[in-house]
Amino acid sequence: MATSHYLVLSLVLFTLGVVGIVVRRNFITVLMCVELILNAANINFIAFARQLGDLSGQVFAVFVITIAAAEAAIGLGIIVALVRLKRTVNLDQVSVMEG
Amino acid sequence: MDWFLANFATLVFYALAVVAVAGGVGVISLRHPVHAALSLLGTFLAVAGLFVLQRAEFLAAVQILIYAGGVMVLFLFVIMLVNVKTLPNESQFLRRLAPVAGALGVLLGVLVGVGAWAATRTPAADPAPLVQVAGETVGNTEAVGWNLYRDYLLPFEVVSIVLLVAMIGAIVMGRKELQEKEERP
Repeated sequence: MATSHYLVLSLVLFTLGVVGIVVRRNFITVLMCVELILNAANINFIAFARQLGDLSGQVFAVFVITIAAAEAAIGLGIIVALVRLKRTVNLDQVSVMEG
Repeated sequence: MDWFLANFATLVFYALAVVAVAGGVGVISLRHPVHAALSLLGTFLAVAGLFVLQRAEFLAAVQILIYAGGVMVLFLFVIMLVNVKTLPNESQFLRRLAPVAGALGVLLGVLVGVGAWAATRTPAADPAPLVQVAGETVGNTEAVGWNLYRDYLLPFEVVSIVLLVAMIGAIVMGRKELQEKEERP
């Protein structure tokens, strides 16, 4: 099983995540797309760990999963605060800091 | 049958890859957040299967525990909590973005094609399984543990501080009196 297959899959998932962040206006969906991107990064780490015979890639994937969990907690906290203040999850209506 | 057994890993990879990509497409195309979250769950599980295929069994378990068990429940919980009545109208924005999306799609197709061509050119290397630590044969979990606590102890501690900060931040943002504070001069 060539590593390139995993890299192509990771590329596709990453692109889907970026497109989702750009296209979607729902804050919750945008956060899901960030998780998609982090999963793509993890696939890369694991593929190269196998290819190079080095476990550091797997350790880094553990760190990525940790950061993803922290990011989800913070992001969903922001959503709850946002809904409490503005009654919306539409990113186009959240323009307080646009100046 | 022999061909089937010889290429079993490849077939499993393609099945899991199709599930993962379909889940990703569902995340960005389904309008309702609950449906998007459930397709994201499919992607998480497929990626966990890919980890097993790459001999990262510990990470596959962590992926299912943290993502499918923790993050996904958090997402669904917040979706239920927020209870969005009106979903954002995205049709106008999507129409403006159509040419960009087309160009990006062509670029992605070219990249995938080049990658698939390169994959057929390079012989499939099958390195030794990652279970050798200090000359001893150990399981994947033990090997990752050795790496984590011997070579990456400082990053491990830093990550624990990051988690603490995230927890405090989430609690502060989730407090009730945030609204009253904003209104005060």
